[in-house]
Amino acid sequence: MILRSLFMRRAANLGATLLMGFGTFLVLLPLGIIFYHIIKMGFSSINLHFFTKIPKPPGEIGGGMANGMAGSAVMIGMASLVGVPVGIFGAIYLTEYGSGKLGTSIRFCADVLSGIPSIITGMVAYALLVVPLQGFSALAGSFALALIMIPIVLRTTEEQLKMVPVSLREASLALGVPLWRTTLKVTLRSALTGVITGILLATARVAGETAPLLFTALGNQFWSKKLTEPMAALPLQIFNFAISPYDDWHRLAWGGALVLVVMMFGLSLAARWLGRGRHTG
Amino acid sequence: MEGRLDTSTTRKNGDSLFRTVTLLFACSIIAILLVMAGEMVTESLPSLRKFGWGFITGSDWDAVQGSFAALPYLYGSVVSSILAIGLATPLSVGTALFITELAPHKVGAVTASLVELLAAIPSVIYGLWGILVMTPWLQSTVEPFLIEHFGFLPFFRGAPYGVSMLAAVFILMIMIIPIVTSITKEVLLAVPPSQKEAAVALGATRWEMIRMAVLPYGRSGILGAVILGLGRAIGETMAVTMVIGNTPQISLSLLSPAYTMPSVIANEFAETTTKLHASALMEIGLILLVVTLAINFLARLLLWSVTRRWKGGVA
Repeated sequence: MILRSLFMRRAANLGATLLMGFGTFLVLLPLGIIFYHIIKMGFSSINLHFFTKIPKPPGEIGGGMANGMAGSAVMIGMASLVGVPVGIFGAIYLTEYGSGKLGTSIRFCADVLSGIPSIITGMVAYALLVVPLQGFSALAGSFALALIMIPIVLRTTEEQLKMVPVSLREASLALGVPLWRTTLKVTLRSALTGVITGILLATARVAGETAPLLFTALGNQFWSKKLTEPMAALPLQIFNFAISPYDDWHRLAWGGALVLVVMMFGLSLAARWLGRGRHTG
Repeated sequence: MEGRLDTSTTRKNGDSLFRTVTLLFACSIIAILLVMAGEMVTESLPSLRKFGWGFITGSDWDAVQGSFAALPYLYGSVVSSILAIGLATPLSVGTALFITELAPHKVGAVTASLVELLAAIPSVIYGLWGILVMTPWLQSTVEPFLIEHFGFLPFFRGAPYGVSMLAAVFILMIMIIPIVTSITKEVLLAVPPSQKEAAVALGATRWEMIRMAVLPYGRSGILGAVILGLGRAIGETMAVTMVIGNTPQISLSLLSPAYTMPSVIANEFAETTTKLHASALMEIGLILLVVTLAINFLARLLLWSVTRRWKGGVA
C-alpha cells in the first residue's frame, strides 16, 4: 500500500462518509415523495362510497372500488387455501428430512422460482386454466397467485421451523411420540407465530400483484357472481384507472393505492408485532 | 398428546406416510418449475417453428400481417435494465454500507426498515406515481434541461415526451434499489468482525477498513445481489409498462418512448386474435423465462456461496 499523508486519508474518509450518507438520502427520498403523493391524493378521494360502490363510467362523479377490494380478498383467500398448506408441508419436509441433495435442490428451486417474473406465472395460468375453461376467471387468477405464494411460504416457514430448539423435539421423541406427531404438535406449534408472520408477509406480497391477474382474472367493471367469470381486483383497477385519461378515474386510482398501501403495511406491521412477541414472550 | 402407545409398526407406518406426504408437497416446487418451463416451450412452438432465429433479429411486429419479431422489445428490456442497475448499484452499496458500517445502531435499523418499506410497495403503485407525477415532471423539467445542455449527444435528442426510456430507467432504479440494498446488507453483515478489527487495529480509517476488509470479502455476494437486481429489473412489468411509452422502436435517445418484453405481453396477451400472435407472445415470455432463470441461477449460486442460511423471503 502506498503511504499517504494522514490528512489525505482523513479527507478520503470524510468524503466517503459524506457520499454514503448522501446516497442513503437519495435512496430514501423517493419513499418520502411517493408517500406524500399517495397520502395527499388518496385521502381526498376516499369516502364511504369508495368502499361500498363500484366504479362509475368516466365523466360521472363518484363511484368506488368495492368490487376490486372484494375481488382481491376472494382471490387472495383462495390462493392461500392452496399456497399455505403446500408451503408449510413442503417446509416440514425440508426441515425434517431435507438435509440431502433433494432438499438442497428444492430450496434452490424455490429461490429461483421466486425470482421468475410474475407475468410469466400469469401466462402459465392462462395456458393451464383460461384456455381449457374457455374464459378468464377468478379461479385462474387465484391459481396464479397461489403459484407465487408457495415458494415464499415454503422458505419463510422453513426458516421458522429451523429455529425451534432441537432439545424440544428430542424431549418429545424421548417420551415416545412418533416423529410426525412431534413435528405437527411440538415443532410446528412452537414456531406457529413465526409461521403466521411468514404467511402474512406472503399475503402482503401477492396482494399487490397485478401482472399475473391481467390475463387470468382480467378484471371486471361490475360485481362477479361466479368464480368462473372475470373478477375485479384492486391492483388491476389501479392500473386501468391510472392509464386512463380521466381525472375522476385517476382520483379513484390514488384512493385505491392508499388502501392497498395501508393494507400491506398493516399486514407487515402485524407480522412484525407477532415476531416481536415471540422473542420477548 | 394423548397417551396412546404406538406399536413400533404403526409408528413406522405413520412416519413413512408423513414423510411421503410432505415430500410430495416439497416436490411440488420442482414440479411447478418444470410445468412452467414445459408450458412456455410448448405454447411457443408454433412461433419458434415459423420464425426461427429471425424472431430475435428482426423488428417487424404486425398482428394483422401475422409477422412477428421481437428485437425492439429485447432492446428495450436490456437497455432499461442495464442502465437502471448501473445507476442503482453505487447507491445501493452506499446505503448498505451506511446501514452496516456508518450509522449508529438505531439509525441503521430505522434506515433498513425504511428500505424494506420501499421494497414492499407494489409495482403498480410505482407505476401510478410514475405516470401521474414523475413523467409530467420529466417532461416539464428534466428532459428540456437535458435537451438544452446535452442535446449534442445522441442519447438526449428529440422532443420531451415524458413517457420514455429515461422514465423507465428512473422507475426501475427506484424499484430495484431496495432489493439490492437489503441483500447487500445481509452480505456485509456476514463479513467476519475479525477482518474489520484487524484493519482497524492496523490503523485504517473507517473508509480504508471498508475498502480493504469489507468490500473485498463481500465482493461475490454483492455481485450476486446486483445480478439478482438485474433479473428483477428485466422481469418488472407494471411500472415499466405505465411509463415507457410502449412504442416498439430502437432509438439511441433515452428521451424517446420504447417497449419491453414484459410490457408487450401485458398489453397484448389478453387481446390476441390469432394463435400465432399468442404464440409469439409466449415466445417472448419464454425468452424472458430463460433469461431470468439463468440470471437467478447465477445470482443464487453466488449468494449461497457467501451465506449458507440464505432467506428466500428477502427476494
